[in-house]
Amino acid sequence: MDLLEHQARELFADHGIEVPRAEITDSPKEARGIARRLGGRVVVKAQVKTGGRGKAGGVELAADPAAAELTARRILGMDIKGHRVDTVMLAEPVDIESEFYVSYVLDRADGRFLAIASAEGGTEIEEVAAARPEAVARIPVDPAEGVTTVVAARIADAAGLPPQTVDTLVRLWQVLTREDALLVEVNPLVRTRQGRILALDGKVTLDDNARFRQARWGDQEPPRGDPLEAAAAARGLNYVKLDGEVGVIGNGAGLVMSTLDVVAGCGARPANFLDIGGGASAQVMADGLSVVLSDPAVKSVFVNVFGGITACDAVADGIVRALETVHLTKPLVVRLDGNNAVRGRAVLDARAHPLVQQATTMDGAARRAADLAHAG
Amino acid sequence: MAVYLTQKSKVLVQGMTGAEGMKHTRRMLAAGTDVVGGVNPRKAGRTGDFGDRRVPVFGTVRDAVEATGADVTVVFVPPAFARAAVTEAADAGIGLAVVITEGIPVHDTVAFCAYAAERGTRIIGPNCPGLITPGQANAGIIPADITKPGRIGLVSKSGTLTYQLMHELRDIGFSTCVGIGGDPVVGTTHIDCLAAFQKDPDTELIVLIGEIGGDAEERAAAYVREYVTKPVVGYIAGFTAPEGRTMGHAGAIVSGSSGTAQAKKEALEAAGVHVGGTPTETARLVLARLESGTRRHS
Repeated sequence: MDLLEHQARELFADHGIEVPRAEITDSPKEARGIARRLGGRVVVKAQVKTGGRGKAGGVELAADPAAAELTARRILGMDIKGHRVDTVMLAEPVDIESEFYVSYVLDRADGRFLAIASAEGGTEIEEVAAARPEAVARIPVDPAEGVTTVVAARIADAAGLPPQTVDTLVRLWQVLTREDALLVEVNPLVRTRQGRILALDGKVTLDDNARFRQARWGDQEPPRGDPLEAAAAARGLNYVKLDGEVGVIGNGAGLVMSTLDVVAGCGARPANFLDIGGGASAQVMADGLSVVLSDPAVKSVFVNVFGGITACDAVADGIVRALETVHLTKPLVVRLDGNNAVRGRAVLDARAHPLVQQATTMDGAARRAADLAHAG
Repeated sequence: MAVYLTQKSKVLVQGMTGAEGMKHTRRMLAAGTDVVGGVNPRKAGRTGDFGDRRVPVFGTVRDAVEATGADVTVVFVPPAFARAAVTEAADAGIGLAVVITEGIPVHDTVAFCAYAAERGTRIIGPNCPGLITPGQANAGIIPADITKPGRIGLVSKSGTLTYQLMHELRDIGFSTCVGIGGDPVVGTTHIDCLAAFQKDPDTELIVLIGEIGGDAEERAAAYVREYVTKPVVGYIAGFTAPEGRTMGHAGAIVSGSSGTAQAKKEALEAAGVHVGGTPTETARLVLARLESGTRRHS
């Protein structure tokens, strides 16, 4: 789960990293009051989980409380790369002397976290890395050792950061490990003319797998903009809404991704990703079908199951029972293969629902579902 | 021969006494695996009963290793306990730990992979179906009855795509199939398996299945170009996945322009790997490569 800037800022502050004074609001009127409290001049920043806010007009300096209200009114409700701005953060302006970049990111290939640091902060690090790779230090962190003061000093030295940043580098590692984050990034980390080191903007991605031991974020479901995704999440389904017209239900993440591709290869567009997993009980099948069928864009549904551990006759039973509770309004193409496939197909044949068709191969079934979607 | 797992492997099951552990231990035994023990500190001294086969339960991995000579462990414990379980197995000198558990925090995986590597323990997984050497042994949850022993080696991030290919190519059969798992960090990579299959005299052709996220497939392609002389056939899932969304597997995510299926396919093809457009087409490419190989040799 990605955090918003103000949530990241809060985490940094909790771990002793200095941040500018700031408050958030969803109301322009309140923005005026906040600006007054912060001393009049403030930076108004859109709170959205995407980069490029500045270029999109989502970050602006307001000279006084009245201007802050006007600016907040303009930024609230803005659309930045498909993300609607529901909240703005107002922060005291900072007298910047120099800007740095620091982050800890997961290096998947190496199976370790990597410290990335540069004395050229403030812009996209990818741009710095592309233009002047020698300006970006990349240092793998030994997971058993972590970032101690000695390690942090090595990182700062390699990147040409001033020694005062060592403390921040150590504390940022504590944010990463204690909060179970997969990414922490501060850009820019600044030194003020008064010599203070401040985290001016930050990005944090938390590990969803660690929810069970992170009391603070454990209850917070990632917000889902799409109502179908919200409905699926409420039923515990692994569902992602897409833009097409062929609903897809399958077992196993890899097979479902593959199914989307095969549908696309037949000239149709998949309407969703839905993995019902290994066990695929009748209840899960019914829940999955009802979510997919409630998508008005769906014209046909492709159920693609390979029975590995799951027997196909059990899956077929699940579909038949699901048909008792779900009112089927769109054609369903079912492909059962693998363990007990013959018996599974017989179960569906016996049910003989007029809208349910069977196909023996994945490619053939995808073609059928695509044709039905185009006909519908 | 096969890779990593043979009929000689003595297999432990950590978390055997749970529902999943019991179910899959039964299946592993049925596939001919020499399951020599389970581990559960609260049930030491008891047995798990599987028809006529009684499998002893030990309190610690070390006790189990001393009593049975186990060299492989299959880990079914819940995510919160996985790190301790793997650490314990590495401390006991287990050579191969197959971690089936899904949902392990990445920091734990990073920690136990580093710990195991220092002690010479290979990790397969986490969040994986395990591996099978058909006709010899099965360590994990891969169905044993959908294929037979043969000359194809398979490495995959995905369980069900593995099963699909095993089934489509059941008439040829497999030396070993390794499900390396769909998490962002895994203990054994495509490259490790390519190297093992290249060395394995029983493997004639290698099937490599990948999916969106990370650059493991690109790295595997570079490895193939440099070191693999056996034919490799590939398949990549996730061409239609939108950017920034996790597709089922924790590691299956396209971030910006990195981790796309297209880039992986192109990298593999540039290394001489034939990449199928669908699983079925991939199976056909395998058959074609095997046939042309046979013709060349005759």
